[in-house]
Amino acid sequence: MRDSQLARAVLEYAGLGAVLVALIAVFSLRSDHFFQMATAISIANQIPDLTLLAVGMTFVLVVGGIDLSVGSVLALSSAVLGVLMVDYGWPLFLAILAGIVIGQLCGLCSGFISVRFGIPSFIVTLGMLEIARGCAKRVTGSQTRYIGSSVEWIGEPIAGLMLSPAFLVAIVAVILGQFVLTRTVFGRYCVAIGTNPETVRMSGISSKPYTITVFAMSGVMCALAGLAQTSRLSTADPNAAIGMELSAIAACVIGGTSLMGGRGSVISSFFGVLIIAVLQTGLAQLGVSDATKQIITGIVIVVAVLLDAARSRMGERSTSGV
Amino acid sequence: MSLDAQPLFAATGLTKRYAVTVLDSVDFDLRQGEIHALIGANGAGKTTLSKIIAGLTPKSSGTMKFDGQAYCPKTKKSAEAVGIQIVQQELNLVASLSVAENLMLSRMPHRFGVINRSQLHQQARVALDRFGLKDIQTDTVTRSLGVGQRQMVEIAAALDRQCRILILDEPTAALSANETQALFNWLGRLRTQGVGMIYISHRLDEVSQMADRITVLRDGKKVATHDAADLTTDAMVDLMSSEASLTREFNTKKTRKSRQENQAALKVDALSRGRFVRDVSFTLKKGERLGVAGVVGSGRTELLRCLFGADIADSGSVQLAGSDVTTPPRHPYEAVARRMAMVTEDRKESGLLLSQPVRVNATLASMREKLSAAGIILFGKERRLAAEQCEAMETRYTSIEQSVGTLSGGNQQKVVIAKWLMRDADVFLFDEPTRGIDVAARIRIYRLFDALTDAGKSLIIVSSDLEELYEVCDRIAVMSNGQMVTSYERNEWSEDKIMQAAFSEYVKKEAT
Repeated sequence: MRDSQLARAVLEYAGLGAVLVALIAVFSLRSDHFFQMATAISIANQIPDLTLLAVGMTFVLVVGGIDLSVGSVLALSSAVLGVLMVDYGWPLFLAILAGIVIGQLCGLCSGFISVRFGIPSFIVTLGMLEIARGCAKRVTGSQTRYIGSSVEWIGEPIAGLMLSPAFLVAIVAVILGQFVLTRTVFGRYCVAIGTNPETVRMSGISSKPYTITVFAMSGVMCALAGLAQTSRLSTADPNAAIGMELSAIAACVIGGTSLMGGRGSVISSFFGVLIIAVLQTGLAQLGVSDATKQIITGIVIVVAVLLDAARSRMGERSTSGV
Repeated sequence: MSLDAQPLFAATGLTKRYAVTVLDSVDFDLRQGEIHALIGANGAGKTTLSKIIAGLTPKSSGTMKFDGQAYCPKTKKSAEAVGIQIVQQELNLVASLSVAENLMLSRMPHRFGVINRSQLHQQARVALDRFGLKDIQTDTVTRSLGVGQRQMVEIAAALDRQCRILILDEPTAALSANETQALFNWLGRLRTQGVGMIYISHRLDEVSQMADRITVLRDGKKVATHDAADLTTDAMVDLMSSEASLTREFNTKKTRKSRQENQAALKVDALSRGRFVRDVSFTLKKGERLGVAGVVGSGRTELLRCLFGADIADSGSVQLAGSDVTTPPRHPYEAVARRMAMVTEDRKESGLLLSQPVRVNATLASMREKLSAAGIILFGKERRLAAEQCEAMETRYTSIEQSVGTLSGGNQQKVVIAKWLMRDADVFLFDEPTRGIDVAARIRIYRLFDALTDAGKSLIIVSSDLEELYEVCDRIAVMSNGQMVTSYERNEWSEDKIMQAAFSEYVKKEAT
């Protein structure tokens, strides 16, 4: 039993890994500069924000919700961080803490309203998308804040390690997220809620606190992603991360997370992020125009979902007896 | 009944293979104006056979002839086009549409694509009336109907289309005695019109009452086809089940020793919710098995749901032994904390996580309390207890990692029960615990009732099957129109008394 579980896990990641390797191979053949350490480092520095968003989004999708506000909440917590540091002279760590609190509050609000009043999270977070973006502009007076070196170190590779603190935080979030999803009662309940909330309720479990917590967690991930992005750009920009919620959802979906809830894996979502990042970087190196890049990215998303659907149909056929 | 030389439908060597062979070269034929029953334990292949005939599943090999012509439907639609209709075990109505829309779904009366509503409701009304469903409104949203009524609407929808072969898979599982009789009257009329019917049921008394011929399947193979007149129900059980001897032993054990003690396990006083549960009071003794009888829609399910906190009672009190709390629970969470458990009427909707493994389903209610440390799952213990509990219920599966949706109905129900056994409770609520499951699983569940009461647990069992209540209960309470009108002890009940009580409140209503 244990072996078959392990085998299934390997199989799960083998598909995504093969896609990733294939992409890398294609770009390496087409471009002389692709298969180099510099490319790897550049990708590693690009992905922490999207990775963090994807971790939070995976949980939201698993409980059967969706969070459209992550890009805006990222911008808001980043804006708060910038204003507190530049205008009020707060130290970095306190400002980070404030950003996290703001992000968490946004998630808590969305989750609470959605659960308490039974409104689809699609609608509530669509509202939050506008609200948080507006707040970000209000807080900054629509001006970017240049923070500079006091925050840049978070996005820069640590000497001798070649990896930035932001990247390490993202990796820790992926590992921790996967652990929580697969190894804890909290994660088990999340999957159960996404599969059939009525069965969960009739099993004597109150699902509301869990769902709200998941949205709050997504808010915290937005704040961390905001920090990662701010450190990379050295500035807090109220117009940052517009449309990034869709990239986060795309990463999860490429990884095989179901938009219907009940199925998902944080590691697979991370593979989704890597696939998107490799695609972006590779296409950029080939000198492909932005327009073509968008078309190709779109095709990859649809093909990934088609492959996943085919795979789960095959899985059903082999297990269904009578 | 006409007995044409050439059958209406004939199949030879019909086989269906998935990973395993679930239907193994079965020969089957159906005559015009015949009711041909298919019986067998769950997993015997009845449903697979009927699905192949109805075009829902392609066959792996074998040939089929319909009306003398080679027949091989690609889809349900192509089967319907030649006049083969199926009413499946699962409810296939769109819950958010009205009854009329569901009835007319594939042939909405319209003009340039705009639905003609008055004609829609008129045609639906005709279809319902013809089936005696006068008290179902055509504009009711299907979701708000009870399971029994939904099943009737679904059968009416199939009967309303022109058909030459009608396949019914457990049509009476959710029906009350009256509704069943109405259905049988209809089937009788269809028989005289020359419609061939394939009738799948676990209710052997119905089978011997209705069927002309009976085909018995076991493990995907045909055991025999007999004229119904030649088979007693005992003989049917013998053919179907390797546990036949066990069955007979069980059936003969008519007098049951009661384990109840003179100590209350649950006190319910003046519990009310809307018009479905009205001023219900009773006391459940420790070790008692209380059956709840009544027609569909009499408030039996609603009573259990109120006791369990799935619906919130308007007023009244619910008190368990050893607890000072008297308020009715406001969430199943509270009921479980007070040591209650409930096996719901519809296991697919509210009992199981169909796409998840057996293991996850069996342990769902016990994760926090028994199978984790500091919020982290103890996988070894989880696997061990899940396997132990499911095996104690004699659940048949290939692995506890198999998704529970792939199990047969009886085995699914065992997993639901295993979930609550693992959690443990003092008062168990069972709503239609043996609906749509085979004889062997049914007997396993009856034995479980014995084991539970031996251990001092108390049971409330809602069932539309009076025979079942006679078999397992110490006392039968009767619900009528939302009220618990009376209850009978084992030595005083009779079908006549219970039926009279079940209809008492409805008769009064009409009189005033």
